Amino acid sequence: MTQHTQNPTPQNPDQVLDHLNLFRHPDYVTLFKNKRCEFERAAPDEKVEEIREWTKTWDYREKNLSREALAINPDKACQPTGAIMAAVGFEGTLPFVHGSQGCVAYYRTYFNRHFKEPSSVVSTSMTEDAAVFGGLNNLVDGLANAYNLYQPKMIAVLTTCMAEVIGDDLNAFIKVAKDKGSVPHDFNTPFAHTPAFVGSHITGYDNMMKGILSYFWDGKAGTVPPLERKPTETINFIGGFDGYVVGNLREIKRIFSLFGAEAIILSDSSEVWDTPTDGQFRMYDGGTTVAETEAALNSKATLVMQEFGTEKTREYLMEKGQEVISFNYPIGVSATDEFLMAISRLTGKPIPKELEKERGRLVDAIADSVAHIHGKKFALSADPSMAYGLTRFLLELGAQPLHIMATNGNKEWEAKMKALLDSSPFGQGCHVWAGKDLWHMRSFLFTEPVDFLIGNCYCKYLERDTGTPLIRIGFPIFDRHHHHRFPTWGYQGGLNVLVRILDKIFDEMDRNTIGIATSDYSFDLIR
Amino acid sequence: MSLTVEQIKQRNQELITEVLKAYPEKTAKKRAKHLGVYEEGKPDCGVKSNIKSIPGVMTIRGCAYAGSFGVVWNPVKNMIHLSHGPVGCGRYNRGGRRNYYIGTTGVDTFTTMHFTSDFQERDIVFGGDKKLAKIIDEMEMLFPLSQGVTIQSECPIGLIGDDIEAVAKKKAKEIGKTVVPVRCEGFRGVSQSLGHHIANDSIRDWVLDPSASKPMDIQSTPYDVAIIGDYNIGGDAWASRILLEEMGLRVIAQWSGDGTLAELERTSKAKLNIIHCYRSMNYIVRHMEEKYGIPWVEYNFFGPTKIAESLRKIASFFDAKIQEGAERVIAKYEPVAKAVIDKYRPRLEGKKVMIFVGGLRPRHVIPAFEDLGMECIATGYEFAHNDDYQRTTHYVKDGTLIYDDVTGYEFEKFAEKLMPDLVASGIKEKYIFQKMGLPFRQMHSWDYSGPYHGYDGFAVFARDMDLAINNPVWNMTKAPWQTA
Repeated sequence: MTQHTQNPTPQNPDQVLDHLNLFRHPDYVTLFKNKRCEFERAAPDEKVEEIREWTKTWDYREKNLSREALAINPDKACQPTGAIMAAVGFEGTLPFVHGSQGCVAYYRTYFNRHFKEPSSVVSTSMTEDAAVFGGLNNLVDGLANAYNLYQPKMIAVLTTCMAEVIGDDLNAFIKVAKDKGSVPHDFNTPFAHTPAFVGSHITGYDNMMKGILSYFWDGKAGTVPPLERKPTETINFIGGFDGYVVGNLREIKRIFSLFGAEAIILSDSSEVWDTPTDGQFRMYDGGTTVAETEAALNSKATLVMQEFGTEKTREYLMEKGQEVISFNYPIGVSATDEFLMAISRLTGKPIPKELEKERGRLVDAIADSVAHIHGKKFALSADPSMAYGLTRFLLELGAQPLHIMATNGNKEWEAKMKALLDSSPFGQGCHVWAGKDLWHMRSFLFTEPVDFLIGNCYCKYLERDTGTPLIRIGFPIFDRHHHHRFPTWGYQGGLNVLVRILDKIFDEMDRNTIGIATSDYSFDLIR
Repeated sequence: MSLTVEQIKQRNQELITEVLKAYPEKTAKKRAKHLGVYEEGKPDCGVKSNIKSIPGVMTIRGCAYAGSFGVVWNPVKNMIHLSHGPVGCGRYNRGGRRNYYIGTTGVDTFTTMHFTSDFQERDIVFGGDKKLAKIIDEMEMLFPLSQGVTIQSECPIGLIGDDIEAVAKKKAKEIGKTVVPVRCEGFRGVSQSLGHHIANDSIRDWVLDPSASKPMDIQSTPYDVAIIGDYNIGGDAWASRILLEEMGLRVIAQWSGDGTLAELERTSKAKLNIIHCYRSMNYIVRHMEEKYGIPWVEYNFFGPTKIAESLRKIASFFDAKIQEGAERVIAKYEPVAKAVIDKYRPRLEGKKVMIFVGGLRPRHVIPAFEDLGMECIATGYEFAHNDDYQRTTHYVKDGTLIYDDVTGYEFEKFAEKLMPDLVASGIKEKYIFQKMGLPFRQMHSWDYSGPYHGYDGFAVFARDMDLAINNPVWNMTKAPWQTA
């Protein structure tokens, strides 16, 4: 026990200290020390240090990699968040989650913190009685309430794992709800089963996308005749689960309009996740209309930006007779080239001169800066297609992507990644880690270190533990603001990603040379 | 221009009637019971509470898992808390509550990590008990300094009939550490509140009572107290502990912010339990009162008025030495608190606040606002019980609008009509109100600021309310060419 009456109080109204500085005050430092020594039964500092050092070793890495049951900091979320992301891209759509209400609080929070935007989602608030008797009544009441209160144009229904474990049947339940008058019979209610114990958030995106398309194209769950495909010259576009959806879809729309191409963006959430502060809260904004969604059946082809996380949707589109062209989150010059050439081929229109010039500018930017990236080692963690896209860009820049991880990557992804690495001299000796988690990554970074780490904000703990500077690219990003407003796709997007990488490289150079009279000879004004 | 109390009551009643019109009849009837206007002299706020949320209305509530894992257990820093079930729950919760701690994360401390059994379809079909046993072995292999494990059940666990208690008992013996099974499946109860209760009970049954028969691991003193129900959000518990220590008390345990297993274990030896978040931890202090005869007292460390009152109340359980200590602490910090008020009160005088949070804050923060000259015109709880609404009567003014488990629709409409100067609620609400042009502070996470508890915290609180309300951005929400 200590008395802290000697020092002056830390606060001063002219300079209020919050947690960032307050707890450096000597009274608090003493408090922490005493609490640890007297009350916590903590291991001695030397023991903690010994174990900490051990966690950096190959021995620890091998034990860490031998895990079969425990996941530690896995870099994936569950299906419903992906399904919600797909759903809110359709005009006036309220995602409606059948299952426990706490899940929905989490999903909304997850999106709030990334986009710094509202996220409107409702649940059927199933509790113990619903676990026993099924959640039919919850869904019937819930649809009526949501419809009346929030006046959506469409309600997209999905499930939590609770509803999945007890086996609630959405199709049947929604029919009952309509018969009971919860919503009009002709009110659009696409749905998707999204069990959290299958796949990850990208699986949920796929399931909801397919759920919405098949609802409209195949006769609205047996209530109207299926649509008949009458091929047009239009092209569909599906982005997949993407934290940069706001910036990216705007860029993609600009690209299509430069081409003069007829295109339908399937799931366009670039408005609802970027609403203005002007005195009005918009629960819904923008989005793909029903007319567009229905017309999309007739499109000659669909461009899919993420091969992984759209498997069922792609198969369905092909069954309908569309050509499906898949990419893996194209970033940089050659991946964007392929994307644009695909649009050109499909539309028969030449690549717009303006885009050609933008290409030249991106190549120019790379040429200006590449000396600082060439040969640098990177580790990255991302969703499978994004991991592919980032890797391809790094190889293009002459960097070495030493550790490439996707917790939700499968065997096909692993094979595809290895083929990509084999295609470049910079890919030699690099590792692909499918299904591993960020605690595995910690071991990789200690035993086979890299210069930079690319990943979402959860990776900041790896930056702290291993000292590897983190370049924040991915989803979610909670601790930096507004990145989602800038594209990662198109040549313009490539430039953004390039600058984000370069900024960190230069910041690190400055940080490493800032020692006065010791290293600041290299604290160069010009880099 | 300002309304009389009667006019305010009438306006609030009309507002309630108006928002209820949007609901289907059956729902309107149910929701009507949760909306009310406080009448001075009544024993509670006249609203029903702790009742199932209505499907489809956009409740702000969470679940029992959030209450047990997210609130109560996860801050216990030197144990590993397993999110047992699919991957999502722990992913979304990770790092979200800002339960500050000192420790080497991943070595002797684990609060900001995400441990999960990452259930797959086969685990649902065949059960997860074998996997769970293996997980505990793997934790032991990789984290030898962990002092124990808690198993936080997600929804599927209770539905597939797993016997996590049997696994916990067996593994506890094998590894020689505490292993606590917690039945906090998200579908249990009506909100996070039951999760708090379940978590309290699990500490009681698996930690507190089993260690009560042993002598305390440290020398006892007459001044041993435990802080109960402070989760150290942004360092709140530290800014509280420092005051208690300065007045001469010894804090032998923190429940649970920056807490440890050892602290939980020795709490049955405390001379007094002091409880901040009554809602989430009243169960355990009542248990300790009944079983070990430990008195408990509620306190409020928001704002200098309540801090001084609380310090004196706590001191009243002890001798003159402690009472003098309390006066000394108050005397030491009062000048700073006064200087803070002198600076900020003129900027905040008369500003009106709408509050909606969980736990204790819908009532506890009102006096801190009042210290700054601000007024609470409406408040409500996510997951309160009636005893919370009884306690709220000591805090709110006659005619205050009360909403229990408010829905997204109601909250938006109420704010639209009342146009407060500040909305104090959570992240799900923040951007809605900011879009509407209303200043906002998150009152769960302190909007990534804090601490707000104690005298040191009050300075931060005052600064933050000022920066929220008086930032120039709120003058720019309308373009100058738009006519008003």
